Amino acid sequence: MNVKNNARLEFLGIAENVSFARSCIGAFTAQLDCTLEDIEEIKLVVSEAVSNSIIHGYGGSRDGRVVIEASLYDNRTIEITVLDYGCGIEDLEQAMKPSYSSDPARMGLGFTFMKSFMDEMEVISKPNEGTSVRLKRSFLLREQQAYA
Amino acid sequence: MGYELKQVRNTLVVKLTGELDMLIVDRLRKEIDKRLEEQTFKNLIFNLERVSFIDSSGLGLIIGRYKKMNANSGRMYIVGASNNVEKILLFSGINKLVPIYNQEQDIISI
Repeated sequence: MNVKNNARLEFLGIAENVSFARSCIGAFTAQLDCTLEDIEEIKLVVSEAVSNSIIHGYGGSRDGRVVIEASLYDNRTIEITVLDYGCGIEDLEQAMKPSYSSDPARMGLGFTFMKSFMDEMEVISKPNEGTSVRLKRSFLLREQQAYA
Repeated sequence: MGYELKQVRNTLVVKLTGELDMLIVDRLRKEIDKRLEEQTFKNLIFNLERVSFIDSSGLGLIIGRYKKMNANSGRMYIVGASNNVEKILLFSGINKLVPIYNQEQDIISI
């Protein structure tokens, strides 16, 4: 697939930057001729992935960095990778179960939202090295499925 | 993101403005819990009329307050969610525990 556009964003992993990150990627997604509802869903999944990095990856330490790489492809496809260099996830299988959360104040819905609103999700994590979440969605395929 | 806590008789109304994510959730949780500890409220209302975005941090805040209210036999309601926000509330299943109404008036009249 041809890359039509690409962006890389790096920022401090602090709560103030969650809104910044989702707004940037939302604006980037808008180039794909999609609906406002589509953009809201992309903003939600970015919010979840970045919040995970800050809360779980860095445990609120305020000095870790989060990197987002986003690419636009043919078929109105977006691929987003959210990466941190934090503590990693010990048990990926357990972390990805719906309503699992290591923090009782959250609902454990982060990965569920990411899986539901995207076509593909791949999580790679190494303890003490970090976590990367790759998310992909084709707006063209989703439309074709909706009208099929 | 802004918020306002208002007491109407034995009801605590939390009126939120802007985007409900992890940035505001910690501060808001402490503030609401302080009020709930100071006084026993019969009802807690989250007014989301002016909320444009919610993620799982915001949902966690709501469900956590629901558990507190429920433990003290209190009731909790959500009012005024926009289409966007309501979609996420329904997706999470939170509406099975916390009823969603159009406006505060609807609750006061039941």
